[in-house]
Amino acid sequence: MKARKKIQHPHKSIDRRDFMKWMAVGTSSIASLSVLSSCNSDKINTFFQDHFKELDEEELKEVLERLERQYKEQYNTDIEVSATPPIESVVFGYGLDLSKCIGCRKCVHACVKENNLSRNPEVQYIKVLEMEKDKGVDVLHSNPYYDPEQVPEEGHFYMPVQCQQCRNAPCVKVCPVKATWTEPDGIVVVDYNWCIGCRNCMAACPYGARKFNWADPYLPADEINTDTDYLGNRPKAKGVVEKCTFCIQRVRKGKYPACVEICPTGSRKFGNLLDEQSEIRTIMKNKRVFIFKEELNTQPRFYYFYGT
Amino acid sequence: MLNNKLSAYEMKNIPFCIIVCLLFVEFTGCKSDAEDIPDSIIEHIEGSDLMIDSSILIPVEAISMDYFPCSDCHSELEPNPLRRELIDMHDDIEFDHDSENRWCLACHNTFDRDSLVLAGGKLLGFNESYKLCGQCHGPKYRDWKLGIHGKRTGEWNGNKQYLLCVHCHNPHSPKFKGMQPLPAPREPEHIFIDSIYESQEKDSTSP
Repeated sequence: MKARKKIQHPHKSIDRRDFMKWMAVGTSSIASLSVLSSCNSDKINTFFQDHFKELDEEELKEVLERLERQYKEQYNTDIEVSATPPIESVVFGYGLDLSKCIGCRKCVHACVKENNLSRNPEVQYIKVLEMEKDKGVDVLHSNPYYDPEQVPEEGHFYMPVQCQQCRNAPCVKVCPVKATWTEPDGIVVVDYNWCIGCRNCMAACPYGARKFNWADPYLPADEINTDTDYLGNRPKAKGVVEKCTFCIQRVRKGKYPACVEICPTGSRKFGNLLDEQSEIRTIMKNKRVFIFKEELNTQPRFYYFYGT
Repeated sequence: MLNNKLSAYEMKNIPFCIIVCLLFVEFTGCKSDAEDIPDSIIEHIEGSDLMIDSSILIPVEAISMDYFPCSDCHSELEPNPLRRELIDMHDDIEFDHDSENRWCLACHNTFDRDSLVLAGGKLLGFNESYKLCGQCHGPKYRDWKLGIHGKRTGEWNGNKQYLLCVHCHNPHSPKFKGMQPLPAPREPEHIFIDSIYESQEKDSTSP
């Protein structure tokens, strides 16, 4: 330890370092007092919670139970938070038939409901782009705010865009705290308790698929989907980024994602990319398939196709 | 002197302590608001009354039929195979399905109205209507069987429910009908933080 030479101002009895030090001690003691008086152990444990991938079985169980307690307090509803592991030999893939989508936005709103997304400010994982048939897939001239009496409109087609679950995901690469990663079944997930809300991933994602909770999410208690997953549709907090997970809470239990279930035209297809007999593989083999923004080398697991 | 005892390392840690403490204070400030509210906009598809056994499709009810069984009336009527425009009954059916070349008895069986009939004369139940559609729409029928065309619900790796052709396409007028889109997302210039809190206060005060 190197001794520090003390230079004291002749007119003052306390130097800058002393001042800083005492101020720090003072602040911390006031802060700790207020913390101890107003905080319960759940809040402290939330603060000190480890990264999802570093939790062992026991810790994970505690975390899930704590979240359930906190949601119960917040929404006065029994919300079940699970953490279903990925199924072996499964990599999820998604197909969307551009020749059939009519732009009705049923998927958008089914997704909001299934995934407990904030109603206000609005958070939506799916954005349906209206495009002109003459121009083809042209994002610059697309319109997500169309609102005619009836869809589809003459001369237009509709392209829903959501997380493409890239194999070479730019969002995962840029996260400074590794709060987002690719699961073995190909789903890019976020640890919503680890995310620091820096929004680097939003800047990196070329599909605009990540959404930020700019304010406290507003979620009506009677519209909550109580079957949730830690990495999926559990209610989020202000200041974290969230994204489509192919409805991880559904697909890991064998169900189709909510958007697939609701689509009135059957434009949305879903299945296991490693299973040759799956619908998605059949489509890839037999139809004209393309991936969005191929030139960026993001290698999505989300395939657009023309079923006609 | 106390500050002489503090190492450079400890001094560096002081701002960190302050930040941690401030974070704690900030953290405990979070509120919980449990509120109830708006109307649900989501409709749920109720098509799960179809059962699928691997490759065999057994729809329990193909389409809701106000008139079924047809034989209730038709058993007492003399079949008239002459192509004509219907006037007394079924005139509410809008027929726009190659109407130039086809009419009712191209699909409905002349002598047993509870059945459909294939071009080769084979009778079909209404729950097998997809085979009838497949007579003309071969590639679509093939795609439907593969799961490319049409809609499946249920489990991606297990039991699936198929919708039949006639669930989405009215067989008399098969072009898929348009619909009103659900609400558009809010445009960025119409998002105001104030309005967010106002609406939430309004909601929380309502019973």
